[in-house]
Amino acid sequence: MADLSIDLGGIRSPNPFWLASAPPTNSGYQVMRAFAAGWGGAVWKTLALEPIVNVTSRFAGQNIGSYRMAGMNNIELITDRPLDENLREIAECKAAYPDRAIIVSLMTECTRESWHELVRRCETVPVDGFELNFGCPHGMSERGQGAAVGQDPELVELITRWVKEAAHVPVIVKLTPNITDIRYTARAAAKGGADAISLINTLNSLMGVDLDTWLPIPHVDGKSSHGGFCGPSVKPIALNMVGACAKDAQVGIPISGIGGIADWRDAVEFMLMGSTSVQVCTAVMHHGFRIVADMIDGLNNYLDARGIASVREIVGKTVPRFVDWNDLNLDYKVVARIDPESCIRCNKCYIACEDAAHQCIDRPADPRLAPVVDEEHCVGCNLCQMVCPVVDCIEMVRVDAGDTVHTWREKLPSVP
Amino acid sequence: MDFPSVSLGPPIAKRLSRLDVQIEANRCLNCYDAPCTRACPTAIDVPRFIGRIATGDLAGSARTIMDANPVGASCARVCPTDQLCEGACVYNADENPIRIGDLQRFATDWAIRENAVLFTAGPPTGKRVAVIGSGPAGLAAARELARAGHAVTIFERDPAPGGLDTYGIVPFRLPAEIALWEAEQVRALGVEIRTGVAVGRDVEPATLLAEYDAVMIAIGMGAVPRLGIEGEDAAGVWDALDFIRVAKCGGDVGTLGERVAVIGGGNTAIDAATCSRRLALRQAQGDTSVTMYYRRGAERMTAYDFEIEFAQVEGVEFRTFVVPKRILVENGRVAGLELLATDPAGSARPLAGTECVVAADTVILAIGQQRHVALLDAFGVMHDVNGIATVDETMRTNVPRVYAAGDCTFQPGGIDAMVVEAAQRGKVAARNIDLLLRTEPR
Ligand SMILES: Cc1cc2nc3c(=O)[nH]c(=O)nc-3n(C[C@H](O)[C@H](O)[C@H](O)COP(=O)(O)OP(=O)(O)OC[C@H]3O[C@@H](n4cnc5c(N)ncnc54)[C@H](O)[C@@H]3O)c2cc1C
Ligand SMILES: Cc1cc2nc3c(=O)[nH]c(=O)nc-3n(C[C@H](O)[C@H](O)[C@H](O)COP(=O)(O)O)c2cc1C
Ligand code: SF4
Ligand code: SF4
Ligand code: SF4
Repeated sequence: MADLSIDLGGIRSPNPFWLASAPPTNSGYQVMRAFAAGWGGAVWKTLALEPIVNVTSRFAGQNIGSYRMAGMNNIELITDRPLDENLREIAECKAAYPDRAIIVSLMTECTRESWHELVRRCETVPVDGFELNFGCPHGMSERGQGAAVGQDPELVELITRWVKEAAHVPVIVKLTPNITDIRYTARAAAKGGADAISLINTLNSLMGVDLDTWLPIPHVDGKSSHGGFCGPSVKPIALNMVGACAKDAQVGIPISGIGGIADWRDAVEFMLMGSTSVQVCTAVMHHGFRIVADMIDGLNNYLDARGIASVREIVGKTVPRFVDWNDLNLDYKVVARIDPESCIRCNKCYIACEDAAHQCIDRPADPRLAPVVDEEHCVGCNLCQMVCPVVDCIEMVRVDAGDTVHTWREKLPSVP
Repeated sequence: MDFPSVSLGPPIAKRLSRLDVQIEANRCLNCYDAPCTRACPTAIDVPRFIGRIATGDLAGSARTIMDANPVGASCARVCPTDQLCEGACVYNADENPIRIGDLQRFATDWAIRENAVLFTAGPPTGKRVAVIGSGPAGLAAARELARAGHAVTIFERDPAPGGLDTYGIVPFRLPAEIALWEAEQVRALGVEIRTGVAVGRDVEPATLLAEYDAVMIAIGMGAVPRLGIEGEDAAGVWDALDFIRVAKCGGDVGTLGERVAVIGGGNTAIDAATCSRRLALRQAQGDTSVTMYYRRGAERMTAYDFEIEFAQVEGVEFRTFVVPKRILVENGRVAGLELLATDPAGSARPLAGTECVVAADTVILAIGQQRHVALLDAFGVMHDVNGIATVDETMRTNVPRVYAAGDCTFQPGGIDAMVVEAAQRGKVAARNIDLLLRTEPR
């Protein structure tokens, strides 16, 4: 059994799996169930001084083939329940599960007094930390809150500083991905004194249009507005942003990774890219709290199999290898190689390379034979391997001597 | 036309649930130069029709199927798919091929239910083509000729169109209404289907040759030949095709008795056997035993393996290495069968002195089909000694402007006599007739 406990900027939890601030953390009833299932922490559904009013309907799913909810979009706002009620339930949860982390997500209007007041009210109950919701891309942003703050580095820094003035527990700043370069707001959070950042919140999105009624999806009495997109589909975007912050020296504070995490493998990837804890929303909305048992089990077995004593040891290990394009070795060369034994003759590799890559997969005249890669012309793009339905049927094999390194940067020293 | 809807118990083909349809359709890999399509005699673009199901474009899906195969709704039910498309699916590596036939049924069922208009006739060419026979081969040819703009008349001896699809294939495999829908699709393109008209009896071949620019012979095969043994004329002795036809049309086959003997080992014998099992059940004669008597070993039966398995599931019994010597008759009705054992090496040669008698109340003969030699002769169409019309790869006979396709052209050991092959040859014939009519104006 590896040690799964973590410490994110002073917030400790028995494992790195936290519920993201979202419907699964709406109420004490839910958070109690989540803790009973094994979740290490919960970021409470965003609180404000006054509850807001939500609309119906609110969500829509992105289905790809038979896979439901590859992504989801929502136009829900923050908590629609009174602050005192939430605070009472937080206290109950903390009393029942003192070892778990309860982080309270906050959002309020852009004044120092308002933020101080919210922090003060929330600290009347035992909380382990705050997460500032600068990310909500819809609704609240039209009121100058959420992503409207998160898109402006100066406001991020300013509000973070206000909160830090008042707070006695660690402060996490949750970043919006709806921005050109997330490092700027991450740096601003660090400058404002944040103890950690969490990312990503949801991406601006419109899920769809109904083909029969021509109404946007989801709609509220015939109309819709843009919403926030999350779930497995956003993982690559989130991972890139986490990596970008992790390798940026001017950010330099711990990261809680969020976005499309559905199982232990996703979690490991986020940790290798620099996340100390990971937060989950969509996967729980899809399958319920019980998935955390599989996340813990998978992570444990993964670490044990490698003889890694603590999960903290893997945090950020891939970050040094996440570099600029200019530093990639232009001499490195792999080619595709097809295993005729496991090939099932679907010809997907052939047509992909023929129509969309480099025309270097040949089909023998006899259709019972497997396609063959013309290694001399293969550029090693991986496309054939990606489309092949058989796991490990196409292998990318290194063919350069492996003893030279040439990069674009040294070729063109003028490139910054 | 009105046709009795007879089902004789639950259908063989399973209707996929909506969930299964989605899972199956999405499971298809959309292979390139797909092996399933290569294995389909009519070359239905399988990944295309399945992909269109997955995106909800059922009109496009049904059109893809029916474009390649004018009897694609029947084929969805009667094709031996494990020998064809499904047998070639790349998922056979995992022994879990896509259920192509069932998906094809889903799409064509949609077209039937929605009364979808899938095709239109081509601009008129002024040419006229006579098609003899409205089975799969004739319908396929007529459909393609009509789409090419030719005026087509089908001459059909039976009261309803469809050939064996309508009259010969057991209703729990293929309900007649499916075949009739396909015929209706062809009729809707302006093809005149003159039922109840037998060429050679009601219309002279010479008249057709004189009045039409081309003639297409798609007359299938004839009745089951006689065994030439004693007792064959007794009551209770049936030609398997007549038997199935009467049953499928809701007619009365009389009382089957306690023991039904089916002579033969092919698909027709299986159909007759399962049909009599189900009829007996319906006649509340659940104790009726049905036995197939075959002259060689079980492994030599020409019926498909899945057919034999199905017959076993239905409770049909098998007895191999025997031939009938005599049908025993009492009071003008079948009372039993005298059998001779055959050479255990499988030559089917009867062994003298091995006579034995089994009781039987009904005897159904399913030992192949005869050929319509007289009609071929009347057209002057060359045929082999067995009466199989001789055609080249364009389906042309030796007689100018006369083509032939389907069962009446299939050599034993060559192309399997099945619906999808008949349809494909009908298409080929139509394509070449069209070419002829466009390039050699009369
Ligand atoms: C019992 C049985 C079960 C079968 N089961 C299957 C199966 O499960 N799957 C499968 O793929 N195949 C099956 N087959 C084979 C399949 O039915 C045939 O291969 C197919 O129907 C051949 O089509 P066709 O158009 O050539 O001939 P047919 O379907 O026989 O059609 C010929 C038509 O021509 C008409 N005709 C004949 N003479 C004249 C004339 N002189 N004037 C006018 N009309 C005439 C006939 O009335 C008939 O309608 C089965 C066959 C039988 C007998
Ligand atoms: C319905 C819904 C409501 C959400 N509400 C909040 C919220 O109140 N505060 C917040 O910080 N994030 C909110 N989020 C964003 C999630 O916390 C999380 O950042 C995002 O869903 C990405 O993680 P995932 O891919 O695991 O879902 C919400 C997400 C969803 C789907
Ligand atoms: S790696 Fe790319 S270029 Fe090489 S064979 Fe595959 S698809 Fe073609
Ligand atoms: S994609 Fe894979 S399974 Fe399909 S033909 Fe290519 S190598 Fe074979
Ligand atoms: S072979 Fe199977 S998986 Fe491939 S296209 Fe055909 S049905 Fe689909």
